[in-house]
Amino acid sequence: MKSATTASATAPGDVTSFSLGLALPLGVVFAIFFVLPLAQLFYLSLHNDTAATVWGLGQYIKFLSDPFSLAVLGSTLLLGAEVTLACLVLGYPIAWLYQRSGSRVQTLIIMIVLLPLLTSVVVRTFAWIVILGRQGIINSVLQSLGLIGTPLRMIYTQGGLIAALAQVQMPLMVLPLITAIGRIDPNLADASASLGAGSWRTFVKVMLPLSMPGIIAGCTLTYAAAITAFITQSLIGGGQMLFMPMYLYQQASTLQNWPFAAAISIIFLFAVLAIVALFSMLGRRARGYGDAR
Amino acid sequence: MASVSEAKSLVLDRITHRFASGTMAVSDINLDVKGGEIIALLGPSGCGKTTLLRIIAGFIGQSEGRVIIGNDVVDALPPNRRAVGIVFQNYALFPHLSISENVGYGLAARGVDKATRNKEAQRLLDMVQLGPFGERLPRQLSGGQQQRVALARALAIKPSILLLDEPFAALDKNLRLDMQIEVKRLQRMAGTTTLIVTHDQEEALSMADRVAVLSHGHLEQFGTPSEIYDQPQTLFVNTFVGTANRVTGTVIATDADDVKVALDAGGEIIARAPKPVRASDKVIVCLRPEHLTFVSDDSGFAGEIGMALPLGATVVHEIKAKDGSSIKISQARTGGTPLREAGTPVRVAPLAPGLATVFPQ
Ligand SMILES: Nc1ncnc2c1ncn2[C@@H]1O[C@H](COP(=O)(O)OP(=O)(O)OP(=O)(O)O)[C@@H](O)[C@H]1O
Ligand SMILES: [Mg+2]
Repeated sequence: MKSATTASATAPGDVTSFSLGLALPLGVVFAIFFVLPLAQLFYLSLHNDTAATVWGLGQYIKFLSDPFSLAVLGSTLLLGAEVTLACLVLGYPIAWLYQRSGSRVQTLIIMIVLLPLLTSVVVRTFAWIVILGRQGIINSVLQSLGLIGTPLRMIYTQGGLIAALAQVQMPLMVLPLITAIGRIDPNLADASASLGAGSWRTFVKVMLPLSMPGIIAGCTLTYAAAITAFITQSLIGGGQMLFMPMYLYQQASTLQNWPFAAAISIIFLFAVLAIVALFSMLGRRARGYGDAR
Repeated sequence: MASVSEAKSLVLDRITHRFASGTMAVSDINLDVKGGEIIALLGPSGCGKTTLLRIIAGFIGQSEGRVIIGNDVVDALPPNRRAVGIVFQNYALFPHLSISENVGYGLAARGVDKATRNKEAQRLLDMVQLGPFGERLPRQLSGGQQQRVALARALAIKPSILLLDEPFAALDKNLRLDMQIEVKRLQRMAGTTTLIVTHDQEEALSMADRVAVLSHGHLEQFGTPSEIYDQPQTLFVNTFVGTANRVTGTVIATDADDVKVALDAGGEIIARAPKPVRASDKVIVCLRPEHLTFVSDDSGFAGEIGMALPLGATVVHEIKAKDGSSIKISQARTGGTPLREAGTPVRVAPLAPGLATVFPQ
């Protein structure tokens, strides 16, 4: 009896020290492959010349005073917002449907949602080129039905890009939503109805606030993925539309201007962090955050 | 507050429900509840109590039959237009809303302005003795307090029917008794027709004006607590409500409702027969432990003491009868009640003829 008490008294301490020890390898990997390069990037960005010999904030000033660079940043952040909105609007009903379905339909939905993750980004993107192209599936169907004369221009447009990105990022939105909606006690909707609320009121007052954790997680993931989706952005967006990842790539790889590329990365990083912080602040504002267990 | 005269009646007319999976959850239930009554739905787990409540509330559309509230058949009405208040077994309070917003939710849905809503919520919270807790979130309250909030929330819409699904199951014994008294008091005050689902027979017998006993989706008996306890109509009711010794016997004579039975354990007794039986039928005889007594004449049947259990206010003796069946007899414990030794030969008989009940085998 006595030894059991002693064991249980010391157990929590042991668990903590073990878990810290276990985290060490990951911590080391993280430090070497993430923190160090980031520090190096930051160091590089603080130089005014391409050879990185003269210290200064020149690169940041250059970016922030250049309308072209700011426009690229702006359109990238806007693209992220549009894709996120599209994913949310299309993904919420899917997640909702998932929770209302029998187990067989659920498996099917999960399969369809996860399918994009099982194919390579390049393949998926080329599929979208096939769909959206001048002689693509949509255009040829519409033309053969006689609904349009000349092919619609969909590829290399903002709309086409949003559609492609939304499809590619959909799992990142739907999976957290499914989890969050699944945690909501089904009796709550019934309780709301029995108190006289119609289905719209029940949705707005009960379901939506309680799915907020999932909405925030989904939006954050989708947003981050959409604005950094280099391949899809470049292939579907084409030459006319320039977004931050491509801009960065051009500066670093084509123009060999590493300090400017580094400054772009740092600015991009902070812009994204600010947006993510905004998301979670909004979420905490909308009550229900952290309550829906 | 609705006065008793406005209380609406509730009629369940041949309600049958089959789930898509094929489960027959309730079958051919007829209940006729008067305005202002408290009815207990009593039955073992899985007998269809919750399903019946959900049909009345409108969450499930029954396969057959009609639900009539007041003078209206409500089958076509969605839950939000039935004015049926429901307290869920797990309370189902909105976790993201404060207690006062929870209570005011139904009023908000009816377009009542915020000031009136808050005042009414406060009045209801005072009524369930939770006045100071309006600003808290549900998870900051204990189970019993949440239960009272759920009750206040359901009462806030002045429902014509109040449904409570095992409302006290999660509470400890003392709190449960308090809440039973509280609910009964609130129900009397509001005069709301109320259905309480429970599988606790004491709760059913103590709280309800009438009790509906369900088994496997069938209504076994619907009557006052004393009818249920004293004149059970089926073997199930007799054994599910209260305790009953079951012994076997053969009918030797019948006379209107009373029959004379020869017990397999030896001896003859007079018993009540709610279902018709004929002479020489094999029957099951139910004898409640508190309806038996030790006798010194040659009435009843013989056996020997198996075990004596002093249970506080009562003493229970287990008796081994001649045919091997085991019979319990309980007596109120007075100063002089002796505990009998194991192996003592005794004779046992019902306190009065007709206290035993027979059912066809
Ligand atoms: N959604 C459903 N789909 C299929 N069968 C169901 C469903 N809900 C309940 N059942 C079945 O219907 C029967 C009655 O269930 P119900 O929940 O009404 O029982 P209950 O009397 O409330 O039991 P408990 O006391 O355990 O709450 C059970 O056999 C149950 O398995
Ligand atoms: Mg139930």
